[in-house]
Amino acid sequence: MSLLELKGISKHFGAIQALTDVTLSLEPGQVVGLMGDNGAGKSTLAKVIAGNFPPSHGEMLIDGKPVHFGKPLDARAQGIEVVYQDLALCDNLTAAANVFLGREPRLGFGPLRILDYATMYRRAGELFKQLKSETRPRDLVRQMSGGQRQAVAIARTRLSDARLVIMDEPTAAISVRQVAEVLDLIKRLSEHGIAVILISHRMPDVFSVAHRVVVMRRGRKVADKGTEASSPEEVTGLITGAIAAA
Amino acid sequence: MNDPPERPSPISRLLDEPQAEKSHTRWTGLLASQVFWVVLATIVGCIVLSFVTSTFATQQNIFNVTRNFAFVAIVALGMMAVIVTGGIDISVGSTIGISGIVLSVVMNAGYSIWAGIGMGLLTAGLVGLVNGLLIAYLDMQPFVVTLGMLSVGRSLALVFSGSRTIFDFGPDGSQLLALGGGSTFGVANPVWFLVVLAVLFWFAFRWTRWGRYVFAVGGNRHAANLTGVPVRRIICSVYVLGGLMAGVAAILEVGWLGAVTTGLGTGDELRVIAATVIGGTNLVGGVGSAFGTVVGAALIEVIRNSLILLGVDAFWQGTVVGSFIIIAVLFNRLGGERQGN
Repeated sequence: MSLLELKGISKHFGAIQALTDVTLSLEPGQVVGLMGDNGAGKSTLAKVIAGNFPPSHGEMLIDGKPVHFGKPLDARAQGIEVVYQDLALCDNLTAAANVFLGREPRLGFGPLRILDYATMYRRAGELFKQLKSETRPRDLVRQMSGGQRQAVAIARTRLSDARLVIMDEPTAAISVRQVAEVLDLIKRLSEHGIAVILISHRMPDVFSVAHRVVVMRRGRKVADKGTEASSPEEVTGLITGAIAAA
Repeated sequence: MNDPPERPSPISRLLDEPQAEKSHTRWTGLLASQVFWVVLATIVGCIVLSFVTSTFATQQNIFNVTRNFAFVAIVALGMMAVIVTGGIDISVGSTIGISGIVLSVVMNAGYSIWAGIGMGLLTAGLVGLVNGLLIAYLDMQPFVVTLGMLSVGRSLALVFSGSRTIFDFGPDGSQLLALGGGSTFGVANPVWFLVVLAVLFWFAFRWTRWGRYVFAVGGNRHAANLTGVPVRRIICSVYVLGGLMAGVAAILEVGWLGAVTTGLGTGDELRVIAATVIGGTNLVGGVGSAFGTVVGAALIEVIRNSLILLGVDAFWQGTVVGSFIIIAVLFNRLGGERQGN
């Protein structure tokens, strides 16, 4: 029984067919690279999985049971988390504050509840250690490097014990050295049994860290193979349409 | 021969490198803090004035100075929350006016002080609510909405007061005068209110979820939205709070003045915003402190007081205060360059 199964997922916005008949399955700990040119449907597919909007046709199953997401919080409740391209971090808050944003632990009861700083700092520290990141919980995000900011964004997904993390272009706008840190973070997640969908334009990144690569073109899935069985040239051909399917 | 030691993989070596040094030591951090300079300026100002004039360090003058800045500081606390979320509220002057006039009209008609205070605060809260609903739920621009309410508030104040000056506050009038104009243990009552409110605000910002959300909304509204922070509710709440603070200041000020004219509160919004900005709150949002705001208000009042005691023409006050605002924003801007990376 797969962690996540998509059967015949289609999505249209009025006259625009964004996704057509996408079938996909994901096992725990698998890293899947989701590739395709602009407008191929990668983001739409990710948003359907993350609960931003429901599919027009098809069904989604988690652990074999059908699920329907009305909003992203529903998906989060089922263990699906998203790390957005801009990371969705507040620069003026600490790393720990960002990790717990929206889900702060509190002490006390009724209207007299105060923030539980001790728990937040301790737990954030643990999460950063698990991800083997040097990020310190009390530091302001404003003063952090790109890799550290990624660690904060990823640590946030660990809070709810996410089982599937969707990462949207995590290495797009950071330096070469920091790319290595991010790819390592993805490997850590995979080691913990968490499935990762990595949306990326960058071939070397996908081939270095993903077990499988899924290629989208014009809303359809045109390839779904293991990375050892494929090559950057083949994937490029699939993305541009030089190769029809694989 | 021993085997060569195993090389750590390139990736883990990158992660093992020492973290980038902090950009500030404790002392440079202090010097870069705007609040530190404002506190220093205020203290230096007070000390210099004590020596240069014979009247500054008298009990009466200190009493006056602290009471005057208390009114501005109370409103500035609410304004700070608004500005931290990235908004602005230029209607507070009118809110003080309409709130004070409702209080006066109610008490003048013979009702108790509690009825007067209740109606005054209700009026102030309603103005804040209108601001908050339009800004938070209809996504209207704060400046425009509060500009409209500035006009509406001032006009309604004229309507309610019938354009007369009220100095008779009915049966409970003496209680009102004691509240705003009296003192407890030698400290003016408004100052006590300020102290309590400042502590409450400080506590709320540091220890409650609401306080953290106010800063999150100001820091990155989009991120706050994505993580489930109730952004619209938070934004609405700070405008309501701003209105209420204006109401509190109005009630105390009316008690102190002993009479209410239709011009009550006119122009106060600029003094309040000045105090907030000088106190270290960034107009862009996400940065500010309750303590800084109070000190900012104190500095402005010390400046005004010093000009009066030194015999400088009162018309120069605007120039001096305005210059301080510009210096404060410049300081903020220069300090911000270092933090940006």
